[in-house]
Amino acid sequence: MPHISLPNGLPGISSAFAFRPETAKPMRELAEVLLRGPSTLTSGEREMIATFVSTRNDCFFCQTSHRAAAAHHLDCDYNLVDAVRFDYQTAPVSSKLKSLLAIAGKVQQGGKCVTAEDIARARQEGATDLEIHDTVLIAAAFCMYNRYVDGLAAYTPTDPAVYDEMGARMAHSGYVRR
Amino acid sequence: MAHINLPDGLPGIRGPLAFRPETAKPLNDLVDVLLRGPHPLSPGERELIATYVSAQNDCRYCQTIHGAIAANYLGGNEELVLAVKQNPDSAAVSAKLKALLAIAGKVRQSGKDVTAEDVERARQEGATDLEIHDTVLIAAVFCMCNRYVDGLATWAPDDPDFYRQRAAKVAAEGYSASTLTQTAAR
Repeated sequence: MPHISLPNGLPGISSAFAFRPETAKPMRELAEVLLRGPSTLTSGEREMIATFVSTRNDCFFCQTSHRAAAAHHLDCDYNLVDAVRFDYQTAPVSSKLKSLLAIAGKVQQGGKCVTAEDIARARQEGATDLEIHDTVLIAAAFCMYNRYVDGLAAYTPTDPAVYDEMGARMAHSGYVRR
Repeated sequence: MAHINLPDGLPGIRGPLAFRPETAKPLNDLVDVLLRGPHPLSPGERELIATYVSAQNDCRYCQTIHGAIAANYLGGNEELVLAVKQNPDSAAVSAKLKALLAIAGKVRQSGKDVTAEDVERARQEGATDLEIHDTVLIAAVFCMCNRYVDGLATWAPDDPDFYRQRAAKVAAEGYSASTLTQTAAR
């Protein structure tokens, strides 16, 4: 049961967004810019970073919904997303994305854990300042979303079909209510 | 030196905010609503929560600037800010705020660490659902901001007066407005 009276019937962060629309608006906008806005990283790559951080934070709702969103950007390749979640070093993704995932994993532990060597490696693999910036902010933002969802003990569905549908909506319609 | 090439002369989060205006806008809007919007908790109390979480996360820029903003709202009482950073339970703040700070400390570790007992204690001290919600979200937001600031290795000034002056501006104008002014002035 959630720690506060959240609207019934809405899963995860949606119930918290409905409880407090004033904070929901910028939180939705931030996710939209970071995960779906113009970028040299694909939305699939950015959703995988979000999924990876949420997995490390053990947030069931966020990792399962963003896993589905990532898959829907990637021809529904759930195996690829799971490979990144659990062992990105051996996953069939680019060396650049691996180096960005390493940075995201450091940010998840603490901002100070990111070293000059982590950054140099990402640059050697071709990452730009903007890609490094967005990786740090995606990882930091999911350290927020994850704590928000779990800190309120928001209702979390368990049916995988619910998440598949949710992921399709996140991937194709986005995060901002129009 | 920062990990990426940020605009010169802007300390802490203000470098990355100027670097990426598209993400700066929702970030500033979020912090304005949470820390300055209409609320049963005073802006000073909310800044104390932000300061406490940033101190626990050992983020020098965030804890110093938000501590200075909190003190600005609290009649210049920097000792109270320090007391909250060191140990909320022995600080001269209300029992309700102590209960909310305990929740914020749990959120900082992990959302899952917040227990029904933590929430019950806050309720017994008179906290509403909105106050509990916003405490959780303020703590979560600063777990983001602290990581953003330190994850890019931004610089932080040493001079306490720098923070006092900036705090007066933020307290008067808000986060979005003071950032826009700065960007326009560059």
